[in-house]
Amino acid sequence: MTQIFVYVTHVAGVADDIASEYITAAKKIDPAATVTAVVTGSGADLDKVADSLTSKYAEVIKIGNEALAYPNAEVVRKALCNVLDKSAVVLAPHNTFGMDMCPGLSIKMDSAFAADAVDFEGVADGKLKLVRQELGGAVSTHVACDISNGAVITIRPGAFAPIDAAAGGKVTDKSGEAGDLTAKRRFLEVVQAEVGDVDITKSDVLVSVGRGIQEQENIEIAQELAEAMGAVVSCSRPIVDAKWLEKSRQVGTSGKTVKPKVYMAMGISGSFQHMGGVKGNPYIVAVNKNPKAPIFQVADVGIVTDILEFMPALTEAIKEM
Amino acid sequence: MEILVCVKRVPDTAENEFQLNSAGNDLDRDDLVYSVNEWDNYAVEEAIQIVDKVGGNVTVVTVGDSESEEVLRREMAMGANNGILLSDDAFEGSDGKGIATILKGEVLKGKYDLILTGAQADAAAGQVGGMLAAMLDLPYASLVNKIEVESDTTIKVGREIEGGNQEMNEVDLPCVLSIQTGINEPRYVGIRGIRKVAQVEIPVKDAAALGIDPSSVGDAGAKVKRVDYFVPELGAGAEMLEGSTDEIIAQLIERIKSKGGLA
Repeated sequence: MTQIFVYVTHVAGVADDIASEYITAAKKIDPAATVTAVVTGSGADLDKVADSLTSKYAEVIKIGNEALAYPNAEVVRKALCNVLDKSAVVLAPHNTFGMDMCPGLSIKMDSAFAADAVDFEGVADGKLKLVRQELGGAVSTHVACDISNGAVITIRPGAFAPIDAAAGGKVTDKSGEAGDLTAKRRFLEVVQAEVGDVDITKSDVLVSVGRGIQEQENIEIAQELAEAMGAVVSCSRPIVDAKWLEKSRQVGTSGKTVKPKVYMAMGISGSFQHMGGVKGNPYIVAVNKNPKAPIFQVADVGIVTDILEFMPALTEAIKEM
Repeated sequence: MEILVCVKRVPDTAENEFQLNSAGNDLDRDDLVYSVNEWDNYAVEEAIQIVDKVGGNVTVVTVGDSESEEVLRREMAMGANNGILLSDDAFEGSDGKGIATILKGEVLKGKYDLILTGAQADAAAGQVGGMLAAMLDLPYASLVNKIEVESDTTIKVGREIEGGNQEMNEVDLPCVLSIQTGINEPRYVGIRGIRKVAQVEIPVKDAAALGIDPSSVGDAGAKVKRVDYFVPELGAGAEMLEGSTDEIIAQLIERIKSKGGLA
């Protein structure tokens, strides 16, 4: 029987959605597994999130300390290392926190490490079979992860269906076992994202451009289409990296979360980080010259062509309506 | 400041359409175009900019076969001072921990104040930097989009977190950082730049030279192994519009209208 610890991230005492997604993930690893939720933090927020998790988990471990008030990966890692059984499987979210903490945690626990699992296919002979993606989502792979001596695995947020199990569990306070929490990396502050001239989260229609736009001058082609549609131009990460549009127009987990009615993905490959920012089940139009682009798997309607030729033609047709 | 930047030669996602081989267990690698991992260019650029400000040297290192030399030369053409190739048959089939173990061997041979990696590479795991730091007991920060050198002993580091916010940290040196795209604008490398470094000797180090037990790396040491590649069927997929441009546009406008995207 597998022992699984799930590390639940939270904000101001409210557990992230991942708390309900872990239940599905754990069942797919081993239906008979013992699953324990683990939360770190301090004060009333920690008590609140720990108590709320007893409705989903039979066992909840809380580790409280002033040094854990903000989730500094180095400090959380130290606490988990001291409290958790090193032969267990530890799950964490594949987000900016999990990416920061988990590779190092696996080394300190002398465990196997696998990142960004999107599915599990059970354990056989001490090896857990999991599914993950490579090369920007262009291909998937099955990976065999030897968990016989413990494992740290990050799972993709949103990849596992949330379950609201009824547990009626109890909280165990392990704050006393956290050990020395001094760190060589010290959290200073969170600088909030700049507010841009246009709020892409307020628009019903977005003309969103990706690498397929090719050159900065071509942004204008998208602006013209957006104008004709009464829409706003948004973009994927490479466009912001190239400084062709401001950060406030970026859609994705590291940018804005948008909920338009229609999302026009123009020359966007459709990585999960990008699609993670597209919520509310919009009608997704994908135009991309690569027929294998992952965007076609999540879009409602797709066209395989060059956006630099297609967008001006569409703009003209709309103007003539 | 002595800076080591870990780089990798990867299949270029912008230049390739990925196909499986006939056995279905690997990519068809015959015609793949390879280049340096995109994130690594930002890491090298950042290292060069830091050295331009405070002095020191930039060394680029990679684990791979002789073909990986080309990515070292490309980064040296950008301005890295030295290149080192870590190569041994025993390294083949390494998982993330294996690669980190090999790099650790090189870090222990040198004296580096700052070690940079790309935030992720082709396998999209983002694991090597964090593992390397933990093995060396050095502090680590991932997804770094800002570095300010404060003194000889600390730096200020910004991390990109959810929603485009930035988490600021003070980190003791030496440390390991994984660099996110967008932190800078990597300089262009022309043919002439590559030619200038074409003859520079690049030392090659094997497991013995690095003091690494071959059974701790490569396929022998890997706890995590890729079993196969496949192309997933995610739901129904998009309804693909075909025909002349005019026909496609007419169909598309009709659909967008029905979804409230056009008045």
